[in-house]
Order: sequence, then structure tokens, then C-alpha cells
Amino acid sequence: MNNSLVELNNCGVFRNQKWLVRGVSLKVSQGEIVTLIGPNGSGKSTTAKMSLDILKPDEGTNTIKKDIRISYVPQKISIDWSLPLRSIDFVNLVTKHKTSEINDALGITGIQHLINEDVRNLSGGEFQRLLMARAIAKEPHFLVLDEPVQGVDYSGEIALYKTIQEIVKKINCGILLISHNLHVVMSQTDYVICLNGHVCCSGIPSSVIKDQEYIKLFGSNIDPTLSLYKHNHDHHHLPDGSIKEANKNK
Amino acid sequence: MFDDFIIRAFVAGIGLALITGPLGCFIIWRRLSYFGDTIAHSALLGVVIAYAMNFNLIIAVFAVSCFIALSLLFLQKRTNLPDDALLGLLAHSVLAIGLVLLGIVSFIRIDLMGLLFGDILSVNITDVLFVWVGGSIVLIVLILIWRPLFAATVNLELAKAEGLNADLANAIFTILIASVIAISIKIVGILLITGLLIIPAAASRNLSSTPIQMAIISSVIGLVSVVLGLQTSMIWNSPTGPTILAIALGVFILTLIPLKKLLISKKKIELSN
Repeated sequence: MNNSLVELNNCGVFRNQKWLVRGVSLKVSQGEIVTLIGPNGSGKSTTAKMSLDILKPDEGTNTIKKDIRISYVPQKISIDWSLPLRSIDFVNLVTKHKTSEINDALGITGIQHLINEDVRNLSGGEFQRLLMARAIAKEPHFLVLDEPVQGVDYSGEIALYKTIQEIVKKINCGILLISHNLHVVMSQTDYVICLNGHVCCSGIPSSVIKDQEYIKLFGSNIDPTLSLYKHNHDHHHLPDGSIKEANKNK
Repeated sequence: MFDDFIIRAFVAGIGLALITGPLGCFIIWRRLSYFGDTIAHSALLGVVIAYAMNFNLIIAVFAVSCFIALSLLFLQKRTNLPDDALLGLLAHSVLAIGLVLLGIVSFIRIDLMGLLFGDILSVNITDVLFVWVGGSIVLIVLILIWRPLFAATVNLELAKAEGLNADLANAIFTILIASVIAISIKIVGILLITGLLIIPAAASRNLSSTPIQMAIISSVIGLVSVVLGLQTSMIWNSPTGPTILAIALGVFILTLIPLKKLLISKKKIELSN
């Protein structure tokens, strides 16, 4: 209890005559990664927002430890065109940092060269890295990541997840992670909560994947990297890297 | 050459331009230009009340503006209507009530043109004081709430999640707009104040790459527009408020010229030679 940063106790949110999510209990402690998984509309983001106190639960209680630094990487964020905003200004949005700290944070997520770039010129993946960098720069006690790697290329995705783990070790923060990548979730998480409007099942990853509720939602094939992708090869790759279409026999 | 009233006009106009710069930026960033209009329309009611009860004009307008702003916050929570519909509802119904009152209280004679378009040449020493004292307070408060307000402008949930008091900053910002509109009634009038808030900020957007830069350049452009506008209106004997805005528009058009690109391409040509 003394090292728990955030606790939800039987929380629910009621909007427009229905429960978005109900009966969620969770606890995030220092140095721990708790992951929420579940289909679209299952209440993952809503749960994250309750843990940040952006949404007040209509039922149950949310408790956040006093005087802790919190960083939030929201699922969707759009910068208005009228805002002149460079990466460095964005990192400084909530807390002012030293330039060296900003450089470090941008370096960790691999976009140090974009420090003075206008935010609107960043690609989706670069912006996602910027969001992460901003969250890291604060050296938070509690970090909420709502699908932090969407739009990031595959190699970058793995690197970013590794980064997340390194951060946990380095600054010993607690992380609430929402992720679709079951492979990563299962291998790098301390505790998994499977949501579908309510908590279907929860526990350490190795026990959750054996749970009937989990198998119903995600199937028994937990490792998406093992699933086969079939495609008909209709072209040949030439030695110089160019492509020759197979049906045109030139 | 400068009579007393002209100096007063310059001092009041410059003071106003300095505040409308940064506030106008926030109005653009938050897509609130129609909100400025709504508050300005409702100012007529404040003017009528001030005349009817023989009360200070600026304070009456400020009170009514704050009331309208709070009504908007209330309606946003209570109804499912989009913001622009609510603003339209408030703007025109309050304007109508103002006009009805104006008709009922028959002893009031208001210079309607002056009210709509302002008359900077008629400002007295009290008005100048209101601009500079009120303006300084607005500016100081804006600097104090800058971080939470700006963070909430970029992303409300992020600001709230990370412990900034975004709701309070938003409410204070609303009051600041109401104050600036109250202060500016006599100078540019209720039809043109939104222009003074938006045009310099829009021109500044074309020249700046950081938020603070945009706020400062916006003030400078406002200041230049006021000074040139006043002088032009004296030479041509044109109405002052509209002249100031016309100059601001001229500056805006100038900022559309891609100076940086021209300079860079010139350098490239020199280098290649």
C-alpha cells in the first residue's frame, strides 16, 4: 500500500444512459508495468482517464498519491494549425526543462535532430516519439501510456517498448500501459488487466493467457509474430533491388 | 501640432494594442473569434444599463460581459448544442434585449455610431487610466496563467492529467477577454474590437515560429497599426477605429509575402554566382 501510486477501487463511468466501464479495480506501484488490453470500446482509455483523475468515476473511488509527478501520453492529440509550436516548446508544455534534459529525452526516443522542427511537420510516428520524449523528460513517478507506439515503424516499436522498460528501471516509476501488441504485453508486463466493459480477467501474464475469458477475446494464439501471413508472389526481386513483375515476361 | 486629445488617443490606443496582441493569439489558437464577437455584441446591453442607471460605462460592460461568459459555460454543460449555436443564441438575444431596453428607456440618447465603431478621439483621462491600469492587470494575470492556459490550449486532458489547473485558467481567460472588450468599447467600438484582437495576431502568425514570439509580434503589429491608423485618419479625416483596422489588414497582407524564401533564394543565387 505504501508504495502504490494510483488505486482504482471498483470504479465505473456512466455516460449517456450506459456504463462505459464498470467495476474496475487496479493498483499501480512504483517500478511496475500494469497493462490494459481489450477490444475497441472496452473502456481502456476511460479507465486510464480515471487513473489520472481527468474523469471522475460515477461509482467507486480513485486514489492518487499526493505530490507525485504524472506524465500522460494520450491516444489522440491534434495540434491546431494556428499554433506555432516547435518540438522543444512541446516538451516544455507543462514543465520547463533545461535544454540538455530535452536533448536527452529526445535522444532516448530517437528524434534529437528534430528539436527545433515545427510540430506540424513531424510525421505520425515522429510525433508519437515526441509525445514519449515529453513524458520521459518530466521523470514522472506515474506514467500513463495510451497506445504509445501507434504509427511507429516496426523496429521503432520494439525499440520504444525497450525504452519504456529502461525508463521503469532508471527512474523507478509506475506505468499504466494500454497496448494492442499482445506479444509485447505478455513478455514485458508485470500485471495484465483484460477489459471488456468490465474486468474479464487479470493477473500475471502467464496466468492470464490460460484464462477462458482471455481466450474467448483474443484466441489461443497469443503470439502474433508466429501467425502466418500468406501472399502470392506476383513479382521477382532482381539483384539490384528493383522489382520485375512476374506476369509481364519482358 | 499635437493637441491634448490626440495625445490621449495615442496613449490609449497604444495601451490597448499591447494587450490585444497576446490575447488575440489565444483567441486564434482556441478558435474563439466568434466568442469575442458574442461578448462584444452583448456589450450594448451593458452600455444601456450604464446610461439608464448613470453608472460607469466600462464597469457596466465588464459586468454584463462576465455574465454572458458565465452563461455560456452554464449552457455548455446543460445542453447538447454545439458551441457556435450557443454563441449565436447568446449574441443575438442579448443584443435584442439591449435594443429593447434602449427603446423603453426613452430618455437615453446614445451615440450609436460611436458605440458601434468607437471614437478614440473622445477618450478622456479616466478612459486612458482604465486602459493602462486595467490593461496592466490583464497582462500580468495573463503572464501568471500562461503555462496552464497554453497547455490547456494545446490539449486540455493532458494539462489536467499532469496536474495543471486548466479549468481555472480557462475561466480566468474568459474574464480577461470580457475586461479587454469593456476597456476597448470607447476606443474601437463593439463591431470592431474582434478585429483588433484577431488581425494583428493573424498577421503575426505568418512571421513567428514560437508561441511567445507570436504574442510579442502581435502586440508590435497592433501598436504599428494604431500609430499609423491614427495619423492616417488625421490626414484623410477618416473614422479612426476603421482606419486602424484597415492598416492592420495592410500589415497582414504584407506578411503574406514570403520574405524568408525570397531572401534565401537571393542568397542561393549570390552563392551560385
